[in-house]
Amino acid sequence: MTRFFALATLLLLVGILVSLVDGAMPALEKFGSAFLWTGDWNPPAERFGALIPIYGTLATSLVALVIAVPVSFGIALFLTELAPPWLRRPLGIAIELLAGIPSIVYGMWGLLVFAPIFAEYVQPALASSLGQVPVLGALFQGAPMGIGILSAGVILAVMTIPFIASVMRDVFEVTPAMLKESAYGLGATTWEVVWNIVLPYTKVGVVGGIMLGLGRALGETMAVTFLIGNMNFFNGFSLFLPGNSIASALANEFAEAESPIYTASLIELGLILFFITLVVLTLSKLLLLKLSGREGLKT
Amino acid sequence: MMDLRTERRLKNRLALGVSLLAMAFGLFWLIWILATTLHLGLAGLSLQLFTHMTPPPGSSEGGLANAIAGSLILVGMATALGTPVGIMAGIYLAEFGRHTWLGHTTRFVNDLLLSAPSIIAGLFIYEIYVAKVGHFSAISGVFALALIVVPVVVRTTENMLQLVPNTMREAAFALGAPKWVVIGRVTLKASLAGVMTGIMLAVARISGETAPLLFTSLSNQFWTLDLQKPMASLPVTIFKFAMSPFQDWQQLAWAGVFLITMGVLALNILARVMFREKHKQ
Repeated sequence: MTRFFALATLLLLVGILVSLVDGAMPALEKFGSAFLWTGDWNPPAERFGALIPIYGTLATSLVALVIAVPVSFGIALFLTELAPPWLRRPLGIAIELLAGIPSIVYGMWGLLVFAPIFAEYVQPALASSLGQVPVLGALFQGAPMGIGILSAGVILAVMTIPFIASVMRDVFEVTPAMLKESAYGLGATTWEVVWNIVLPYTKVGVVGGIMLGLGRALGETMAVTFLIGNMNFFNGFSLFLPGNSIASALANEFAEAESPIYTASLIELGLILFFITLVVLTLSKLLLLKLSGREGLKT
Repeated sequence: MMDLRTERRLKNRLALGVSLLAMAFGLFWLIWILATTLHLGLAGLSLQLFTHMTPPPGSSEGGLANAIAGSLILVGMATALGTPVGIMAGIYLAEFGRHTWLGHTTRFVNDLLLSAPSIIAGLFIYEIYVAKVGHFSAISGVFALALIVVPVVVRTTENMLQLVPNTMREAAFALGAPKWVVIGRVTLKASLAGVMTGIMLAVARISGETAPLLFTSLSNQFWTLDLQKPMASLPVTIFKFAMSPFQDWQQLAWAGVFLITMGVLALNILARVMFREKHKQ
């Protein structure tokens, strides 16, 4: 009996894939593989290409990781090595609560509270500092509007920090105490223990945690929809520019899509998103399993 | 020239200082978001919120009564639908298929579904249900949310059942109890608090979900209890109102944000406290 429900969970994944492929069929047939690298998204002319939303999805997620990974590492380090024991639990819960706040709240707060402040103080500061650096500076050009790929990425970073930080904390804790104590016994500082002992021992799990965060960031919908600006044109690589992500294109356009080919193209976007996140999450899961497998061997 | 010892100590200080800053950075966002929510949300709270319908276009007078009721109905029904499936599958993973091929694969796939984008759930239900019947409906929103409940409940149920010591199972078997009695009366009972925690976390998760509802239950300006019609919900209403240019609508959206955030955080904290209490015993 219970086996039936386990099987149902399993079949759900297959069912989702099959139904999405089925729904995307008209677009798959009409555009073929060119769908992936065409940057033209033109509903009235019924020409569709996924390049802009794919770029927006990847760019926002990368911005998020660049911010979230070091911060999460710091938080995990703080929670496992630095904080007094009585503070670890409440602080850990506080960080996990960041993950509990619904995406729509991040979105509305991001648009109405964060974006104006970001445009007034942070973006001009970035433009006049990092924006002057050759090559890298190209990412920080243009008018500070408060919404765009960078703002969406920053909010995504805040949303992914709790996921990455809690995986990092958990894998740091599986480092055998004996290894750490040996290093401390040799006179290593806390930082040296973390950098030379804990991190090498847990690196597989740390990468797994980062991939989990990436998987979350790629599919995040509402917060990005509010902040990315929903522009289907490519104007350059500056992160200040608005763009579009797969999930926000779906959220904004799906209910209003009139023609069958429009709907099918949006479903194909969903299929691409589902496929990318599945690959990323599978990698994450395999890496984390590898770490826990090793843990099992050691004890 | 700095000697090596000072340099190492300095580096250590610096690293630990930066980690403290990272912690502060994380807390900073939590406090900022909660402060705004409290400040703007409380200002929008009134009795009218719970008694009046969402305002029609052009009007500013109104509340969130239909959205609140819609959310309660959608979340309640989705939980009722998804929980039994999740618990059953969780029992299979922990008690029957722990080391079988099906068990390993299901556990793996379940973890993928747990982190998969929620908008995909909406798209899937649209494809298999909404497109077939030809109109948006509350019941399709229930299906989409139930899809999100299942993996959460499967994961916690399995974890909680695995915490039950095997000696308890063996003791029950030794008394001659068949497997289903052992599960129903011993292991499931022992992990009840944990399973409840999982359900609460699932409720918290779907209460704020917006994306899966956009192509399923959509929204409705009017009061309805008809599951075949589109139904308003708090998250979708917030989405609509937050994007609107009207000050009063944004005010309503903030009040909605306040209700959802406080509800979700309270559930999260309650679930943790409950689980911990049980664990102490």
